[in-house]
Amino acid sequence: MIPELGHFSLILALVLAFVQAVVPLVGASRNRLALMAVGRPAAQGQFLFIVFSFGCLTWAFVTSDFSLQLAATNSHSETPLIYKITGVWGNHEGSLLLWAMSLSLWTVAVTVFSRNLPDVFMARVLGVLGCVSTGFLSFTLITSNPFDRLLPGAAQGRDLNPLLQDPGMIIHPPLLYMGYVGFSVAFAFAIAALLSGRMDAAWARWSRPWTTVAWVFLTSGIAVGSGWAYYELGWGGWWFWDPVENASFMPWLLGTALMHSLAVTEKRGAFRSWTVLLAIGAFSLSLMGTFLVRSGVLTSVHAFATDPARGLFILALLVLVIGVSLVLFAWRAPTLSGGGSFGLVSRESALLGNNVLLAVASGSVLLGTLYPLFIDALNLGKISVGPPYFETVFVPLMTPVIVLMMIGPFVRWKGDDGDRILRKVAPGLVASAALGLGLAFAIGHVSWRTVLGLSLAAWVLIGSIQILVQRIADRRGAAPGARLRSIPSSWWGMWLAHLGIGVFIIGVTMVGSLNTQIQVKMMPGDTAQLAGYTFTFRGVKDSPGANYAAARATLDVTRGDSKIATLNPEKRFYQAQQMPMTEASIDIGPFRDVYVNLGDQLEDGAWVVGLFYRPFISWIWLGCTLMALGGVFAAADRRYRRLAEREVPVGAAARQVA
Amino acid sequence: MKPRSKRLVLLGGAVALLVGAVALVLTAFQQNLVFFHTPTEVAEGKAPTGRAFRIGGLVEQGSIKRAADGLTVQFAITDTAKVIPVTYKGSLPDLFSEGKGAVVQGTMGPDGQFKASEVLAKHDENYMPPEAQHAVDEAQKTAKTVKQ
Repeated sequence: MIPELGHFSLILALVLAFVQAVVPLVGASRNRLALMAVGRPAAQGQFLFIVFSFGCLTWAFVTSDFSLQLAATNSHSETPLIYKITGVWGNHEGSLLLWAMSLSLWTVAVTVFSRNLPDVFMARVLGVLGCVSTGFLSFTLITSNPFDRLLPGAAQGRDLNPLLQDPGMIIHPPLLYMGYVGFSVAFAFAIAALLSGRMDAAWARWSRPWTTVAWVFLTSGIAVGSGWAYYELGWGGWWFWDPVENASFMPWLLGTALMHSLAVTEKRGAFRSWTVLLAIGAFSLSLMGTFLVRSGVLTSVHAFATDPARGLFILALLVLVIGVSLVLFAWRAPTLSGGGSFGLVSRESALLGNNVLLAVASGSVLLGTLYPLFIDALNLGKISVGPPYFETVFVPLMTPVIVLMMIGPFVRWKGDDGDRILRKVAPGLVASAALGLGLAFAIGHVSWRTVLGLSLAAWVLIGSIQILVQRIADRRGAAPGARLRSIPSSWWGMWLAHLGIGVFIIGVTMVGSLNTQIQVKMMPGDTAQLAGYTFTFRGVKDSPGANYAAARATLDVTRGDSKIATLNPEKRFYQAQQMPMTEASIDIGPFRDVYVNLGDQLEDGAWVVGLFYRPFISWIWLGCTLMALGGVFAAADRRYRRLAEREVPVGAAARQVA
Repeated sequence: MKPRSKRLVLLGGAVALLVGAVALVLTAFQQNLVFFHTPTEVAEGKAPTGRAFRIGGLVEQGSIKRAADGLTVQFAITDTAKVIPVTYKGSLPDLFSEGKGAVVQGTMGPDGQFKASEVLAKHDENYMPPEAQHAVDEAQKTAKTVKQ
């Protein structure tokens, strides 16, 4: 009964989504306030119905209702409660429902927080979001109904894939989806602006906080996914350039470009067409990510579906979204005036340079991800593009991005004196190069990658300090405390996020240069050495869990005479799926991780043990955390709330903030 | 500089940046493609020598052996028609086992042993790597044509 209620509720949500798509758009084009006003209640009603529907599905999982097809294939009565709940989105149908719920949540958030938007604009934004929602809800109901019954019901479920029975499953998919789907808001604002022919600073200012918040979610989602892969997959790696990772990284790159381009559009009125294109691009890449991950064209733990009809449906949706938006763009873009002009040496130029590079980087990932699929689809053979390609491409593309990123804030808008900038940044650049070289010698690993990485990190840190000092010096007259307090939150956001990139680079460079690992065969009492640590194998005991059996090893880690940690890697066997799994054990430290996994037992009773040393790896996630935090600060800036209430001419905001 | 020529320099710079970046991407792409071959193709000598490639198929029953050091693993990949012996040193994926699908990446040694640098298996019990499936399908298609 409850699943049927959920199903019915989802159908009602689709009806409301359709109403939300059509009525406000018609109202906006005919200028009828009554019709436009329908958008808001329709969006809010839709949200309630989707939440109810999601609740019904969760209920079926929690109560182990195996007459529901989805629960029978993805849950088990012995599964811990939390993984019964996360099992709801650990499959194709449920994850689509989560997608639809995220979209609906974003839409409701727009109706609540952007109350001051002009009625016509709001109607168009809600209309566009309604179209996207209609597409996804009909996709869910037509091809992937989560409420399909299994007749007769199963006595026991097949359980959730053990790889997904992990705390990462609780937060990674919701965060990532909030990020993916969040770009639909930026997209809706861009389309609404195209429809109304109004692409001015006000539009950019309305759109900015939404884009930034979506980016924060996406950044956190990707970082959590990377951390999860690091400890769960048991290879000690943090990024594999797997097509599924790439699918989330592409919208991130373009979303990053979009955030910065929006800043220029807001403050200087320039880059309008480019900003609109980026908004369309970032959302299209999010949709494509969903398509790639969910259609089953990729081999991955994320690929649940292998039904071609589903892939075709999302592909059609993708083509429709990109096609309609680009036609609209082609029709409207010529009416856009160029916007503010700017000189060769100006902050606009710096931002433009980085925008181009980020777009190319995103394109290079797209090429590496899609090309093998095209070749395969055309029956020209099977190929794969591995990490070496991405690594070769990313270092030269990102190096200028990072150098420019720290120069940009020194340069004035509109135009500046090249010599003045050079005098300001040259000492820092030279010092960074020297510091990078010196540090590489100090850690005893002099390769061009290490030197370059450390120099770039030094440049970000030195530049950050310099920018902060200058920012404080610019406010002469006031007391230092007051000067600090007068810095707006969005500036701190920029500063923190850029600093985060420096921290991230330190992590990546140190792990890349100094990581070591060995595989050893160990009997109880045996010891092994790695990177100055001694590992003593104490043996293996049985340690059963709720729905699995496990062999649990004990290893003592010592360094010199001091004891560092006791690690307990496990080799688990999940009964329901008859699936073995290794569970690594990690001693996390601020400057290094020591990582151990347990392999097979050999005929003579010894065990194969993998030992990994990962210097500075936590800095990778610390860097991501700073970036996300920076985004939060930027979006929380008071002026978005204040300025939303009244129109401010272009440039006024720039003077306040710059 | 006049505003007009300034704009030209800026535009030229952006285009040069774009062209350079695209050239870099395409060169790197060309050099790092990894081709996939079925065991039959490898046996027929169609696979490249001195360059990494991938083989997919099933891990042959009874073929997994560990060397005396306990760490080097030997096994064979088959598409049901041909068998390619593989050596690998490193940790194997959890779902790697005899009779199941797997994909290996590495180079062909002069002794006819494929030296794998990476072994990929499927992620859950009812999922087969498409490359492995493809190799088996191809071999069986050929087998059918031969019988007719």
